Amino acid sequence: MNDFLDQIFVRAKQMLLPLLTGAPDWVIQLASSLINIFALLGVFLTLFALISVLERKILGRMQNRYGPNRVGPFGLFQPVADGIKMLIKEDIVPVRADKVVHFLAPIMIAATAILALGVIPYGRNMTPFAIDGGILFFFAVGSTTELAVFMAGWGSNNKFSMLGAMRAIAQMISYELPLIITTFPVVMVVGALSPDAIVAAQGGYALGVMPHWFVTTPWGAAAFILFFVSGLVESNRTPFDVPEGESEIVAGHMTEYSGFKYATFFMAEYFGMFAISGLAVTLFLGGWHAPIAGLQFIPSYVWFFAKLSALLFVYIWVRGTLPRTRVDQIMNFAWKFMLPMAFTCLVSAAVWHYQGRGLAGWLWSLGVIVVVYVALSRLIDTRKKFATRTYRFAE
Amino acid sequence: MTPTLQLFLFVSAALFCIGLLAALSRRHAIFILIGIEMMLAAANLNFVAFWRFSPQPQPPIGVMVAIFSIAIAAAEAAVGLALVIAIYRHYRTTNVDRLDQLKG
Amino acid sequence: MSTAAFIVIAILILAAALAAASLPTLIHAALSFAVAFVGIAAFFFLLGAEFVGLVQVFVYVGAVAVLIVFTILLTRRDATTPDKFNWGGVVIAIAVFNGLVWAIFRTPALSIGAPQIEPLTVKRIGEVLMTDYVWPLQCVGLVLTAALIGALILVMEEKNSKS
Repeated sequence: MNDFLDQIFVRAKQMLLPLLTGAPDWVIQLASSLINIFALLGVFLTLFALISVLERKILGRMQNRYGPNRVGPFGLFQPVADGIKMLIKEDIVPVRADKVVHFLAPIMIAATAILALGVIPYGRNMTPFAIDGGILFFFAVGSTTELAVFMAGWGSNNKFSMLGAMRAIAQMISYELPLIITTFPVVMVVGALSPDAIVAAQGGYALGVMPHWFVTTPWGAAAFILFFVSGLVESNRTPFDVPEGESEIVAGHMTEYSGFKYATFFMAEYFGMFAISGLAVTLFLGGWHAPIAGLQFIPSYVWFFAKLSALLFVYIWVRGTLPRTRVDQIMNFAWKFMLPMAFTCLVSAAVWHYQGRGLAGWLWSLGVIVVVYVALSRLIDTRKKFATRTYRFAE
Repeated sequence: MTPTLQLFLFVSAALFCIGLLAALSRRHAIFILIGIEMMLAAANLNFVAFWRFSPQPQPPIGVMVAIFSIAIAAAEAAVGLALVIAIYRHYRTTNVDRLDQLKG
Repeated sequence: MSTAAFIVIAILILAAALAAASLPTLIHAALSFAVAFVGIAAFFFLLGAEFVGLVQVFVYVGAVAVLIVFTILLTRRDATTPDKFNWGGVVIAIAVFNGLVWAIFRTPALSIGAPQIEPLTVKRIGEVLMTDYVWPLQCVGLVLTAALIGALILVMEEKNSKS
């Protein structure tokens, strides 16, 4: 019974495919891929609609006001209303815009965001496209987002757009380094680049209760925090949303977009958020494994999406809590703190591995991280040292 | 029917010549760099194609050479573009025809 | 390895490369350059070298193309002026192409199909990189570091220049 519920989607797909018996090989392959693609799009478009309304409701709750509550029960149909509004708006293209580039930018940004979702294991045997270098694929696709953002900024032929695009690219390049380097310890410890192998390596329970997730080790916890912060920057979310800071440069690279193209940008931002959170779940939070051995009867995909939702809630929480940072603060933080700490995680994971992955290794690797953290925070402490106030006159 | 080695070599030869065309006939320094990158990529394509169509050598030499050559090409692009910017600062142009002075 | 995929990718690569070589606006050329390199990565996938294809996308589209568009942006005054086209290059390129094609199609040893091979895993590439190719790997690391520092020094603001 458990197994049936766990594998229900995989079975459903296997039931559908025999309908094509007799068709040539490539038709079956194509059909199989199409089923995966439509399932992926269906699930994440629904999640997008849900999260966009939940985000506004949660933000409302945090700011002591009601969120949207007019359309449908509890305002749950708000995304439908928003979608209709976006669709029937006029699509404005500036006269002096580079038309082709302006048109292609939203398509490219959405395509990269959706492609990145394809390699994440959503449940047992539920990876849409299991390729050997899955993690590399994720980052290869993710790095093309920068080009898409540039296209949006250049194509609009607008100062604000270009400024926003430059800011976005600068911070995305800076934080791509810690983002990628914090995955190295996991890849190194598992010895594989495929997300399935990484999830499989986190199965099993110590003492019957403690899961073997990498976040339970000191290097894993540190790398997870660094990864999460870099993910916040990569998806241009508050507190790192200077590329689209409303009070400074209107909407950054999206200034000249309206109607459905703007909606595509909005969707791509959320899809990017889902992809980064999904990868964080896969790398550090044990993928689709249950947190306690006794809870394994709940289907694997439920666990995956529960963890994903928890991370998304933290995204919204951070947005409701923290003010926007300055550009120079973001850059300094990336190069002076994030990058050295990411390398420290690598060293710490190596120490953990060569100390036999036991309690001794746990303590040693914690030691490495604490020493480097304290040293770094002493070194880059740039707070102004205030002297006692002296008065020249009227003493 | 599956494509033979000849077809892959044909495509890579065409790509090489397009790169050569860009490097020879455009006067803009960035175009010349783009042409050089395309020629390097054509060479990579040849390495991987020859690896795939040969009886398997151990280790996979063609793939290794391609990986190293991509790394070198990245270094070359970074230095080349830095040179373009440095030249632009001195002459206010990146047209290679107008860079005919030895005195900066 | 299907012929249909081969033909589609080959046309994509050659069209994008031709666009990159001949479009008058630099930004359009740089973007078609990125498309051509995605096509080449697809070729690597077709040839069974997934890892090289992914590295290709990562390095060229993610890094080199972004570098190129940034350079275009910084040298913008020049980027908008139309470029003079030198027809001598076309003649030379066509001559070289003819020579290469003649050589390729005159060699009978090249008209072979692909043998069956076991797929090349990432693990295998990692093992080879860490055993047989460890010195080249270190040298490439050195070259990249040198290139990084060199590029930085080249574009650094000169503080004590007379102008």
